[in-house]
Amino acid sequence: MFQQIIFYWFALAAIFAGAMVITVRNPVHAALFLVLAFFSSAGLWLMLEAEFLAIALVLVYVGAVMVLFLFVVMMLDINIAVLREGFARYLPIAAVVALMMFGAIGYVVGPRYFGLDAAPSPAPAAASYSNTEAIGKVLYTDYVLPFEAAAVILLVAIVAAIALTHRGTRQSKAPRPERQVQVRRADRVRLIKMDAERGG
Amino acid sequence: MISLAHYLIVGAVLFCLSVAGIFINRKNVIVLLMCIELMLLAVNLNFIAFSHFLGNLTGQVFVFFILTVAAAESAIGLAILVVLFRNRSSINVEDLDEMRG
Repeated sequence: MFQQIIFYWFALAAIFAGAMVITVRNPVHAALFLVLAFFSSAGLWLMLEAEFLAIALVLVYVGAVMVLFLFVVMMLDINIAVLREGFARYLPIAAVVALMMFGAIGYVVGPRYFGLDAAPSPAPAAASYSNTEAIGKVLYTDYVLPFEAAAVILLVAIVAAIALTHRGTRQSKAPRPERQVQVRRADRVRLIKMDAERGG
Repeated sequence: MISLAHYLIVGAVLFCLSVAGIFINRKNVIVLLMCIELMLLAVNLNFIAFSHFLGNLTGQVFVFFILTVAAAESAIGLAILVVLFRNRSSINVEDLDEMRG
């Protein structure tokens, strides 16, 4: 019973946050509701005994990715009214598509095929069981090559993000000695001839 | 007791919400990126639920990799967005018609 209360609490919070993400006006609020969605999903993952991933979700997503989102949202000066055009126009088709999709998915994943008789709930893990240790054992043996590939992907992402947003060479006002020594007289001084002005 | 179907339904609802979000926020690139994140979250929930109920850790390892790729994707997406805003002073999808697509 207690488990069910917790499950429904987190599930409703996640669904509510997801609905708010796609409907609120202000992108900052959308980002904050996305944080709530991540937190409640982390709660659901804890119930599924995936402790390491739940903590990783909070640390990596809420701590890094969403902060990045908030940074960008606040850095850009966005005209929200223009971006909201077409919201009401596309709402019906969005609702129809989402409902049809949910009908199709729900028919397959519903209790008929994935109920308790079809997939019985496993016994809770022993208190000495460490999820992090188990994942680490699999990750560094069977999946060590994909793990290295993930590291390379992160490196590529770093390089790409910096290369995209870097503003080229710095426009500093310090003099450049190598160009100063090459200066000749003709570059700097121009002698002109003009008539002397009469005093008056 | 909570069955596998409960978790799968929650994942399905989140996924459909994010699909609807892509439809109704089709002008705002930032919210589109957020919808993609929400979609990946729903998929991850499915992976972890199956991993728990089938007693197989591979699902959790897969979620680990999805989290990595999603973080890289959002970092590059936001970098593109910043460059875009710097050049066009707008993040409206309608303004991005230089290639006449």
